[in-house]
Amino acid sequence: MSSGHIVKSFDEELEDVRNTIVEMGGLAESQLEAAVRSLTERNTELALKTIEADKAVDSLEQEVDNKAIRVLALRNPVADDLRLVISALKIASVLERVADYAANISKRVIALNTSPSLAPISSIPRMGDMVRRMIDDTLKAYAIGDPDLAYDVWRRDQEVDQLYNSMFRELLTFMMEDPRSITSCTHLIFMAKNIERIGDHMTNIAEIIIYQVTGEMPTEPRPKGDKTSVTMIENENP
Amino acid sequence: MQIQAEENVESHPNTDHGVIISTRDVNVYYGDNHALQGVSLNINKHQVTSLIGPSGCGKSTYLRCINRMNDTVDGCRVTGEILLDGVDIYGPDVDEVLLRARVGMVFQKPNPFPKSIYDNVAYGPRIHGLAQNKDDLDEIVLTSLEKAGLIKEVQDRLHSSGTGLSGGQQQRLCIARALAVRPDIILMDEPCSALDPIATAKVEELIDELKENYTIIIVTHSMQQAARISQQTAFFHLGEIVETGNTEKLFTSPSDERTQGYITGRFG
Repeated sequence: MSSGHIVKSFDEELEDVRNTIVEMGGLAESQLEAAVRSLTERNTELALKTIEADKAVDSLEQEVDNKAIRVLALRNPVADDLRLVISALKIASVLERVADYAANISKRVIALNTSPSLAPISSIPRMGDMVRRMIDDTLKAYAIGDPDLAYDVWRRDQEVDQLYNSMFRELLTFMMEDPRSITSCTHLIFMAKNIERIGDHMTNIAEIIIYQVTGEMPTEPRPKGDKTSVTMIENENP
Repeated sequence: MQIQAEENVESHPNTDHGVIISTRDVNVYYGDNHALQGVSLNINKHQVTSLIGPSGCGKSTYLRCINRMNDTVDGCRVTGEILLDGVDIYGPDVDEVLLRARVGMVFQKPNPFPKSIYDNVAYGPRIHGLAQNKDDLDEIVLTSLEKAGLIKEVQDRLHSSGTGLSGGQQQRLCIARALAVRPDIILMDEPCSALDPIATAKVEELIDELKENYTIIIVTHSMQQAARISQQTAFFHLGEIVETGNTEKLFTSPSDERTQGYITGRFG
């Protein structure tokens, strides 16, 4: 990025938009972490707190919208300034979704905690950790405007998809073996799906960052690894 | 060189965006001052090209090369090649009066003659002998006023003074005056800088309509105006062209740091 604007308050406004995004991202990341921890610790209170925290992210999204609209109306930004503002609007709406997924995981934790644990949860924290690191690196790439790091995150989503695929199969098998676990396994599948979706959203943000910094969208086809929508249990219809 | 006024407009379909003006390695000196340094730029037919850049960057100098307005400046020397439909306009056989009919100009400050609205528009056609009789001349005047989007506002007072019009109307009168000699190209040097936003919008709308039949090159200090009305933009800095290309590309992701610095307001 070149030196500051002649009108310094313009720089301050753009910086403000950028900081609000980073703050939102930090909150979303810690909500995912808390949601997964509430599962492993069977901690209903933490889950409730996480659901409550979603409101803070919602209001930050509103804040980003207001600030971005103000810059668009009053500053008529062009070139990299314009890309920053448009990217902020898009990223804010993605981060808001990420926090919603964390809240949804927490709701399912509360439901799961009403009965004894019957299903294997070990893959969830692993996925959660993988995706949390993706969020972390995405925010880093955003804060320093590093398209290479954004590309790295973008490619990593495939690993999450693979983990999700194997977990999906594992839980299906588990349910077939023990139908009493169907309720909890279904909740776990949805949780895993939520985490997998957060990973997808990080690739979206990574693309936006690449566009913001370079002015061009990534040219490689997006990596796709989630095969569960076409997965069938073998011998389901003998 | 034969500089024919009207045939060129009609003989090319309006969708033809081929190159009408080709500039190669143009240098302009005002005495010792090397104002334009090796400028090469192609201007597409039936498009609007904006020239932007800080004051003193050479954009008006470039504009004035295209109809040889710089010839009138003492100590001004132009080297390089400016081809209009393949013919060098600085060639020895070029009649600059005919050139200026083909390449019209509109200035920053509206400058109608202290004559009637009718006579302002009729002035050029009379000098160039474009009308056979009074009916012909009436036709040219009315059509030009219509093309300039002014006819409705002035049809009842064609014989009152042009200087009695509002600033925006005067500017459109100057555009009508330029159109009356049937140019192919219209050069505009900050045509809206003395106008209010409504008058500016009317001139911008007019430019958008005129590009169907004319090639327009406009110097503007308003980035937003360049973005709104032009298809091509050239960014000048310190007498050179830094970047030129599609307007949309230049304003969303310019290739050169200096362009980015200038259009975003970071330039010192």
